[in-house]
Amino acid sequence: MTKYMDRTTWALTIGLVLLIVVNFFVPEWFRSILLLSLARGSVALGLLVLWRCGLISFGHALFYGFGAYTVALIVKYLGITDAFFTIACGVVVAGGLAWMLGFLLRRYRGIFFALLNLAFSMILYGVLAKLESLGSTDGISLERTTFLWYAPEGAANKFALFIFAAILTWGVALAVHHYLRSTLGYMTTAVRENEIRLEFLGYSAERAIHVKYTISGLVGGFGGAIAAMTIGHVDPDSMAYWPISGDFVFIAILSGTGNVGAPFIGALIYELIRTYAFDQFPEIWQLIMGGTLLLIVMFLPNGLWSLVDRWSKRRTGRDRLEAEREKA
Amino acid sequence: MDSQLLVIILIDGLVYASYLFMVSVGLTVICGVQKILNVTHGALYAFGAYLTATLLIVYFEAGWPQFGAFFVMLVSAIFLGIVLGVIIERGLLKHLYHEDEHIVVLATFAAFLVLEDVLLLIWGTDAYIAAEPLMLLGQTDIAELPFDNYSLSMVLLSAVVCVILWYGLRRTTFGKMLLAVIYDRELSQAMGINVTKVFLLTFIVGSFLGALGGAYQAPAISVQPGIGVEVIVLAFAVVVIGGMGSIPGALIGSLVVGIARAAAVHMEPVLELFVIYMIMAFVLIVRPQGLFAPAKPRKI
Repeated sequence: MTKYMDRTTWALTIGLVLLIVVNFFVPEWFRSILLLSLARGSVALGLLVLWRCGLISFGHALFYGFGAYTVALIVKYLGITDAFFTIACGVVVAGGLAWMLGFLLRRYRGIFFALLNLAFSMILYGVLAKLESLGSTDGISLERTTFLWYAPEGAANKFALFIFAAILTWGVALAVHHYLRSTLGYMTTAVRENEIRLEFLGYSAERAIHVKYTISGLVGGFGGAIAAMTIGHVDPDSMAYWPISGDFVFIAILSGTGNVGAPFIGALIYELIRTYAFDQFPEIWQLIMGGTLLLIVMFLPNGLWSLVDRWSKRRTGRDRLEAEREKA
Repeated sequence: MDSQLLVIILIDGLVYASYLFMVSVGLTVICGVQKILNVTHGALYAFGAYLTATLLIVYFEAGWPQFGAFFVMLVSAIFLGIVLGVIIERGLLKHLYHEDEHIVVLATFAAFLVLEDVLLLIWGTDAYIAAEPLMLLGQTDIAELPFDNYSLSMVLLSAVVCVILWYGLRRTTFGKMLLAVIYDRELSQAMGINVTKVFLLTFIVGSFLGALGGAYQAPAISVQPGIGVEVIVLAFAVVVIGGMGSIPGALIGSLVVGIARAAAVHMEPVLELFVIYMIMAFVLIVRPQGLFAPAKPRKI
């Protein structure tokens, strides 16, 4: 049992409880920010899984867009607005796509992997922007989300969506966390450090990468589905264009790869900076975002979580010192 | 397919290819020497277009000799190449050469975001139109259809740039130093080549080419926000298709993409946007190093 109740699990659970409590008190606009942070954080979590094995994707808007559009198209053409059903479809479709592309992408490393992802995401963008039946550049508007037989109106809808999304995100983060602690999960680091040695130990690096890619696609689709329901509208420029993929990498590098909780904290900080910059300095909000990213790249290349790591290392170091002193 | 359509596709494709070549050749030069994918290149294109458009409007209002407009383009591209090139290379990239390639791409992406807003701060959100040079050159009828001479002249410009680059790389001392640096950075440093200087000069030349692409394109388009975002990903596609760091690759890549896009526009417009990235994905799958990747020396 102890194996399943480590510190991260506790922290995530406390985070979930906190979010649900906070949900009762926050204003509508802040709830949207929190929801979007959950969505984008999920995609960044997918990037984290890949990053652990040294791979970066410049095209994760592909899965984000796929998840979002799956939800939108189901609402538009099938008329099903049930959140449980649409989100499941979004996740499965995006994950399926990742699984199929994985057969190809698992052979690539470094910049080629990143660029091939970019190419695929731009193909999706081209299809979405050109096809009339997929909404073209105007996109598709979604009807209000329902939850099984419960169909809240107005502000109550976002309220319900938030609790729904928070619980699911908690589940996703936990699942990814426990995956990363499994044998297959620890292989991520092994792939990054020395692929040849891993192969000689009898594991297949390509298969490990394929699994990770599929997971990151599933999680990316989940994020897209949540985003579509939150915004209530999908369009190619805000769901699948290349700067969106850039934003995800931004969040991932801002957060660091230390912990599955990091991308969500990073995404929240990202959304807050963006909202604040957009509100206060609409002329130069991109400049502020770019400047922040530059500062992170230059001075904190391992992300915000490296601060936590540094702090906890110092603490454990001190603990050890004290223990030794006591012994003496 | 009738022959008229074929001619149109070929000419449109060639014009579009020369535009692509102009925006991607600087990117590939920087990529070859410094081994980085430089996202700020899109901002240089946009800056080139904006500066030229503004200067041209002033220039034509003053009523100076009309053909001097081309001189204005060249001067603004050189100016931007030197100013922005030095700022970006000395201020940012210099500190990142030892970093992971992904980190460098991200840093240039960040710088690109910053430059995009600097652009908005200087020029605002209005569109600038300076079509006088386009009018000046008139039109030619090919296959009973009028084509702008200005667009056709872009083909000429790319050819000139191509020849100058070839000459500069193969026949001058600096070009040979550059090739040595591409081949082995450390060894060339040991032989007495000032790699820092070579990097800076390459970056200025690359930036100049990006700005020149924008400057020359300015009269043919409406210069408005977002042109840099669109261009850089196209240039990426061309560079990847041709082979990162290869000038003949950029040439072939532009031709392939240009003609494929023209064919799509005239035969199946729905395909227009994604045919380019289809080719990019296809090339990456079949030949990830690109069609014309420079041969990698085997080092011990």
